[in-house]
Amino acid sequence: MPNTEKKKKIQTVSQKKRIGLILRWILAVFLIAFSIFPVIWIISAAFNPVNDLATQQLIPENAGFDNFVALVNTDIFPFFAWLWNSIKISVLTTVLTLSLTTMAAFAFSRFRFKGRQGLLKVILLVQSFPNLLAIVALFSINKQIGDVFASLGLNTHAGLIMVYLGGAMGMNIWLMKGYMDTIPRDIDESAHVDGANDWQVFSKLILPLLRPILVVIGILSFIGTYGEFIIARTLLTKRELQTVMVGLQIYTSGQYTQNWGVFAAGALIAALPIMIIYLVLQDQIVGGLTRGAVKG
Amino acid sequence: MENRKSTSSSIKKMISSVSSIFIYIIIVAVDLVLGYLTYQLIVLDYIPLAIVFCLIILLITVSFLIPKLRHLKWMSIGLSAWLLFSIFPILFTIYNGFTNYGDGHLISKALAIQQINKQKYLPESGKSYEWIAYRSETNDYLLWLKDTDGQTSIARTTESGADDLIFEVVPGENGIGELDDDGAPKTIEGYTRLNKITASTDENLTNILFGEADQTIQVRSPSEAAELVPLYEFDPETDVFTDVRNGKEYFDIEGTWTSVDGKELIPGYSDVIGFRNFVDFATSPGLRGPLVTIVSWNFMFATFSLFLTFSMGLLISVIYNDPGFKGKKILQSLLLIPYTIPSLITILIWRGMLNPNLGIVNRVLEAVIGISPDWFNNRYLAQIAILIVNMWLGYPYWMLVTSGALQSIPQDIYEAAEVDGATGWQRFWRITLPLLLVSVGPLMISSFIFNFNNFNLIYAFINGGPPIPTAMTQAGYTDIIISYVYNLAFASGRGIQYGYASAISVVLFILIAIMALIQFRFTNMWEEVGENA
Repeated sequence: MPNTEKKKKIQTVSQKKRIGLILRWILAVFLIAFSIFPVIWIISAAFNPVNDLATQQLIPENAGFDNFVALVNTDIFPFFAWLWNSIKISVLTTVLTLSLTTMAAFAFSRFRFKGRQGLLKVILLVQSFPNLLAIVALFSINKQIGDVFASLGLNTHAGLIMVYLGGAMGMNIWLMKGYMDTIPRDIDESAHVDGANDWQVFSKLILPLLRPILVVIGILSFIGTYGEFIIARTLLTKRELQTVMVGLQIYTSGQYTQNWGVFAAGALIAALPIMIIYLVLQDQIVGGLTRGAVKG
Repeated sequence: MENRKSTSSSIKKMISSVSSIFIYIIIVAVDLVLGYLTYQLIVLDYIPLAIVFCLIILLITVSFLIPKLRHLKWMSIGLSAWLLFSIFPILFTIYNGFTNYGDGHLISKALAIQQINKQKYLPESGKSYEWIAYRSETNDYLLWLKDTDGQTSIARTTESGADDLIFEVVPGENGIGELDDDGAPKTIEGYTRLNKITASTDENLTNILFGEADQTIQVRSPSEAAELVPLYEFDPETDVFTDVRNGKEYFDIEGTWTSVDGKELIPGYSDVIGFRNFVDFATSPGLRGPLVTIVSWNFMFATFSLFLTFSMGLLISVIYNDPGFKGKKILQSLLLIPYTIPSLITILIWRGMLNPNLGIVNRVLEAVIGISPDWFNNRYLAQIAILIVNMWLGYPYWMLVTSGALQSIPQDIYEAAEVDGATGWQRFWRITLPLLLVSVGPLMISSFIFNFNNFNLIYAFINGGPPIPTAMTQAGYTDIIISYVYNLAFASGRGIQYGYASAISVVLFILIAIMALIQFRFTNMWEEVGENA
């Protein structure tokens, strides 16, 4: 008798579990719908030959590449020039950010000097201020530098990259230094005994060990720069010099409801590189993000 | 053996001395280039920026020359960029907050004086003339003048303005040809005589000051040219402009020359005005009006955004944090998608989807329940729309963070709670949440700061709209402080108010600094620095 009761109890528990599982799957379907619908919608719009926001269907009839062709052919929307600008600026900013922060982090991690902790704290505190707040000042500084040296001023990619580098210290240096601190100092001490100088220790011993954190900071810096919009918009006013984010935003402030399909095609192409980076390198990015950076 | 060793070490020494000479050469070259730029900045009167450049030169030189400061060598370029584009802009913004920099006060004092000195008028005693104009192929002009006594002369100016001149009309001299009945030359070498109609439609002509510096003559109408004199006299000793017509004095008050009865000369110059921007910020009804709305919405927006994204992320990770749930990895990848697209792009996509007339969301709502909310023109709906979009953008971050943090809560605590008979609900509220908050608390503060300044969302989605009708400045119901500041500083139309915008930025700096310091207190970051000391 007690045996059957026990069986019953087990049965209800497993039943409960099954119901819970089903409920969770239903919820999951809703969540997935919520999270990917805008993406599906923009893909659908991109391949929909009907260019209009008002008449777009989820499953387009006569799907084709018309919008992508239009993207190549239109002059008022120099999409691929923008895309190239963005990639160029992001790659250069990333490479320079990595060089600057790696070397500075080496000093913070390996040398002991007066004011070391104070400087680290100030760098972290300063990076809390969004540089957008100082945008009037950034604009004037860029203009003044440009008055002396035109190729670093307003409406130059070099000038914009320099402004981005101003924010390279900050969280990056903390991430980098934190990682470097985990590399035992015995390694460089023994190298020093063998007669290696600082540069040799840095380039031959430390740098190769930094690969994982270089990848994380590199990706975060690339994504952050690629997605940055307002500083680029303020410092670059010539249409053909602008980045793809600025271009897309300006495009939507016009009559884009009638050019929705072309916009969608552009948005899709612009988003693709970053989406691929994210999905391929998910684990490494998550590791970097959860150490304190927030999507920018 | 010995010998070989010593040669190899001497070679090493040689290499190192060669490389150090090489480094010195680079330093000198860098210093020279930067020094030249600094000199140019000083010439252009950009003194603060020149000072920053001097600091950078000093930093680079010192760090390479003094062996004790070798750590600076490694940081010098990074610190230079940081000084120039992080520290200096903040200081510059603070300074601007105390100035009237903006429309009507964009230029330096010397330039403003120059411009006011250029303003002219025709005194009663001023001579007026009949005129005929001549133009050369290079667009230089000559003016034949005949005063009321019948005296004729020719005034000219060239583009360089170097040899402005008035001279007598003598046929044969200066390329002057035969005269007509009025005494005007029929031809002048190198110039074409303009007929009345051509001359009166020539837009350049009325802007040119002919003749010599103290006696300039300007075309005033098709029939008259007149001698103009400066309207204001400037006394550099007392810094006062005097109106020549009536003797009214304009005193330099905070960058604007103002008379006793409150009249102002245009332009003024950019000058320190103390706390006036801050006082206006707190008291001026026109400016304060939108600010109260904006600041309170700013806090609400950041709070709700954090709450919604955090709870949705946490909910997902708690519900699916179960090894028995298959497909967890796939689910996570799919739910991560909003995070993988640059936020600006998704904001623009949502803008299309929520378009009140044409967007898919409203088309579906219309078809299903027959309502079509006006997301862009109703104050509250716009705010709700922004929160929905931000939830979509932000929950994957919290899903990632909380699922990571959940793993780190030791399982035996739950087992102990179960033994004590705690329900699932109790376990969540009493164990999971408090422990979670300890580990993700600092991230919540930085997320709050991020949303507090989430310019992209507000600007790209709706540009602060719908507008607040009573506001004297461009302001909307969904504007947050930073988008309001941006519009004050850059949006055309109502005028540019850099000084006032900077003052608001300073207030925002202070708010952010407080939040950041709270965050750092919660974090062990401060201690982390010490660890390796």
